[in-house]
Amino acid sequence: MNEPNSSEKYVIELQNISRQFGTQEVLRDISFGVRRGETLVIIGESGCGKSVTMKLIMNLLQPSQGDIQWSGRSISDRSTRELHRDRLRIGYLFQGAALFDSLSVYENVAFGLKQNTKLKKAEIDQIVVERLREVGLSDSISQKKPAQLSGGMKKRVGLARALAMTPEVMLYDEPTTGLDPVMTDVINELILQTRASRPVTSIVVTHDMSTVKKVADRIIMLYPLTRLKPDESQIVFEGTAEEAFQSSSPRVHQFVYGEAGDRIREMAEAA
Amino acid sequence: MSSVPTPYPRDTIIHGLGRGVINTICLMGDLFLFGWEMVGWMITRLPPRSNLWLCMYHIGIQSIPVILITGGFIGMVLAVQSYDQFKLMHMENQIGAVISISLVEELGPVLAAIMLAGRVGTSMSAELGTMRVTEQIDALRALGADPVHYLVVPRFLSCCLLIPLLTVIADAVGILGGWFFSTQVLGVDSFYYWHYSKNFVFAYDVLGGIFKSFFFGAAISLISCHRGFHCGAGAEGVGKAATEAFVYSFIVIMFLDFMLGVTIVNFYHFMQSVYPGVIR
Repeated sequence: MNEPNSSEKYVIELQNISRQFGTQEVLRDISFGVRRGETLVIIGESGCGKSVTMKLIMNLLQPSQGDIQWSGRSISDRSTRELHRDRLRIGYLFQGAALFDSLSVYENVAFGLKQNTKLKKAEIDQIVVERLREVGLSDSISQKKPAQLSGGMKKRVGLARALAMTPEVMLYDEPTTGLDPVMTDVINELILQTRASRPVTSIVVTHDMSTVKKVADRIIMLYPLTRLKPDESQIVFEGTAEEAFQSSSPRVHQFVYGEAGDRIREMAEAA
Repeated sequence: MSSVPTPYPRDTIIHGLGRGVINTICLMGDLFLFGWEMVGWMITRLPPRSNLWLCMYHIGIQSIPVILITGGFIGMVLAVQSYDQFKLMHMENQIGAVISISLVEELGPVLAAIMLAGRVGTSMSAELGTMRVTEQIDALRALGADPVHYLVVPRFLSCCLLIPLLTVIADAVGILGGWFFSTQVLGVDSFYYWHYSKNFVFAYDVLGGIFKSFFFGAAISLISCHRGFHCGAGAEGVGKAATEAFVYSFIVIMFLDFMLGVTIVNFYHFMQSVYPGVIR
């Protein structure tokens, strides 16, 4: 995303984004931006549209309304070729790692390089080994298939694959979901390490508050539309992790401290 | 949830019928656009050779056993079913002709295509459906690969090239199966079996069958990949995609068989009237 205008305020900016799937509205009129080098964490309950937001940012989904800008320029103004080129500057760690089952670890990490560069095999081999080491994996696993890896290893291979293309923006979609506390902290450390070792802007979607505390520069909290009034904003909180933990808003307080409250009764009534 | 209107406020038989028609038209339009995108990729950039070889191996080589079994049994069943009728007319020695002509013109291509829709088509839709559900298709896009180019084009090319070849194998094995049962069990003279087979089956019949199987291959791959790409969530979605891939492929194979059968016969009559004896 090396656009001519380098003084843009946001690397990624969403303006009045709405997204519907059939008749179900998931996102309504949300706007936010991410500054260069910043780590923005998006929190919220399951089903509030966090992952959809990430896919909209990556242009894997298109918004029903609104505009998304990469480096101050709208995605919709880009040609297919420009979109393809600029998307490669965003790395995406998928929720379940999304490793290609039929390919080995090596082939997974090398995939983007083989598809989009003219690097020689020796150069690709070197990058793959470096990226695997960076995420704490030895090249001895490079010939294994994803089915032979543990959940934590899959996430780390997914991270190595995303980093192989040297992205300027990293999107982490629930990077610690399903991992034990130790592996959760390993992934959190890797997110910090990635940011420290290169000038990367990060967006992390999570509902794990240990990740929030550890990696967030700024937080926004999305709330499910089903539980909002039509005139209420879907972004119910924006601030730092400390502010979130001290928030007097019942919605924010309930989420960050993981309190069920009246939720069981509400769900039963909704059902 | 916002104030989105209820989609179908009335639900009568007429409304249901209307929805069915609209959904079918939408599905056909979507399938056409999917095919168009795939053709676009085939013209501009072929898939990596390694990817193509892998698909050819899965679709072609691994289907040979099932094609051998299917072809062999079709030939033997034809022999069993035809023998009594032919014997009533004292024409049992001509059984080779009916077995061969039925196989190369109709049963070989259609039954091979149906078997392959079951073996290859459902496997492709389940594989692609699983890739969709586990976000692997999104990951391809994120890594700069087009999923239609990377996943669909090699499968389409493999089916178009190899299903006609598998049909030839099914035809040959069917004729051999018919020969084996006719001569070894029913007592038909081997010389007459081959004599009548040779005299009644022409190159046009064989090529007509192969021509049809090319379209069957294209339909199976396109429909199966489309269903995989549009698979619903979870294991249920993948299962439904695989079932739909087979059912839709089956219907389209039957429809194409009829349309192509009519076209091939009419083309034969037309050529015979304009250039008598050129096509045999």
